[in-house]
Amino acid sequence: MNRRLLLKRAASVATTLPFFSCAASAAEPAPDTAATAWGGGELRRVGIWDAHCHVGTPGTSPAKRMAALVAIADRVGIERLCICMSPPWFHEATPEQFRASNDDVLEILRHWSARAFGFVYLNPTYLRESLDELERCVADGPMIGIKLWVGCRCNRSELDPIVRRAAELAAPILQHTWIKQRGRGNLPNESTPMELAELSARHPGVPLICGHTGGGDWAAGIRAIRARPEISADLAGGDPVYGEVEMAVRELGARRVLYGSDASGRSFASQIGRVLGADISDADKRLILRENLRNLLLPALRRRGIAP
Amino acid sequence: MHDDGLIDTNVWLSAWPTRGSWAATPRALVAKLRRHGVVSAWTGSFDAALHTDIAGVNARLAEACARDGEGVLVPFGTVNPALPDWEEDLRRCHEVHRMAGLRLLPGHHGYQIDDPRLARLVEFAAQRGLPIQIVCSLEDPRSPSPGLIAPSVPAAPFIDVIKKIPRARAMLLNAAARPVAGNAALLRRFADAGNLALEIATLEGVAGIAALLESAPTLPIAFGSCAPFFYFESALLKLQESPLTPQQLDAVRHGCARGLLAAASAR
Repeated sequence: MNRRLLLKRAASVATTLPFFSCAASAAEPAPDTAATAWGGGELRRVGIWDAHCHVGTPGTSPAKRMAALVAIADRVGIERLCICMSPPWFHEATPEQFRASNDDVLEILRHWSARAFGFVYLNPTYLRESLDELERCVADGPMIGIKLWVGCRCNRSELDPIVRRAAELAAPILQHTWIKQRGRGNLPNESTPMELAELSARHPGVPLICGHTGGGDWAAGIRAIRARPEISADLAGGDPVYGEVEMAVRELGARRVLYGSDASGRSFASQIGRVLGADISDADKRLILRENLRNLLLPALRRRGIAP
Repeated sequence: MHDDGLIDTNVWLSAWPTRGSWAATPRALVAKLRRHGVVSAWTGSFDAALHTDIAGVNARLAEACARDGEGVLVPFGTVNPALPDWEEDLRRCHEVHRMAGLRLLPGHHGYQIDDPRLARLVEFAAQRGLPIQIVCSLEDPRSPSPGLIAPSVPAAPFIDVIKKIPRARAMLLNAAARPVAGNAALLRRFADAGNLALEIATLEGVAGIAALLESAPTLPIAFGSCAPFFYFESALLKLQESPLTPQQLDAVRHGCARGLLAAASAR
């Protein structure tokens, strides 16, 4: 069976969807006989919103690649996906390259606007072109947020006009951050949470999303953004090691923590599992898996007349 | 369906120096595993990575599994072939502690996966009917504690080792990250070896199990969580994320693990 058929079948297989059995007491015997131990339709009832997705699944067109991704998302109860940066990916994307990437996302949104929200990919090194692209895709187009990757350190002044325009458009900014080997392993223009906190300090009140929250060094990332209440912590993209979700909730409050997967390179499952398995309340899990992102996006959705 | 339960091939006791744990005690670990349907958990000790008294680590592991394991925790002791008289450690794992298999950590113990001493250990284990697990990684190499991060163990050279010992049975732990899972040719070489399995704890990518099986349909793939280093739920939900046939699902849940043990002990 080829991958396309497998993915197609994913959409047709009605599965029981998981969850929140972490609230069950150890005295309950209840080993579930479903594919997972949660059983039931709990995840689907939650209706997860994913803050951080890339449509890297196979397919002959962007829309078909998205169909493949949605088929898998359906299996684990994901209702909405924020998508950005259609492949191929370039660390130092030129205007031609980020426009082509955004063209793919625009095509996807033409078919999948009921499931996907678009974040326009910019490289602030090319400030004029980035501002133009922001107008094309967000002010005049269907996208609702901004994605910044590794083309420009986010504490640089080039970002200021972008942040100001984003605020006018109510468009949240998702900035990739990572701290590799205490920062020594970062790419030349790869941002850290500390640099995002610097940017935030220049733009108080403007909502920013700390992509990956520093990645493998999430403990330092959480500390770095702790004093900036307008920065939300994106959980996407790391190994599902114990402790990140608990620390983020403890230090930032559950309302500043967002579930994201970094699919399709990461597994939806491994990233959702971090929230499901965390030693936090079920109410906080619901905030992280859905409500916080929904609330963050509401101003942008209202501006566009989209009913979430 | 799934009457034979779930076998987790990648579980650990003790604490990793840089991480907390959701399982403060072995009993807490067992309670959660059982709640999610795990009937058997192949369990090593984190102490084996850094402690120098491996024999002591193995003895404590066996004792903890016997005392608190409730029949779920199955101890897999560690042998370091770079240490003097490692053969005695192997003997004790088998004859004294009655362990079902061995878990090796070449990255932490400083030998290569194609080291002749490892091949000799695999041969000795095969003679005793003990399957071998090889830990290819634990921490993401981008993590903040470089002094504690062992080099990732490249899995490919082990194929030539294991193929020369056809009666051996081996499983690579934490080996299914992107560089391996995205390499279809390498996956087919794993499958062709005939006596080598993978598990899913570090498998990433959407519908990752289905993608692995598409690349190498005969590759034995077992369930593994790397709990409590990782959240158990992350592995469990992967079973749901991938569209699998009932046969494939059963193989991952328990068939591969049972087959590995049975084949090793039948040698």
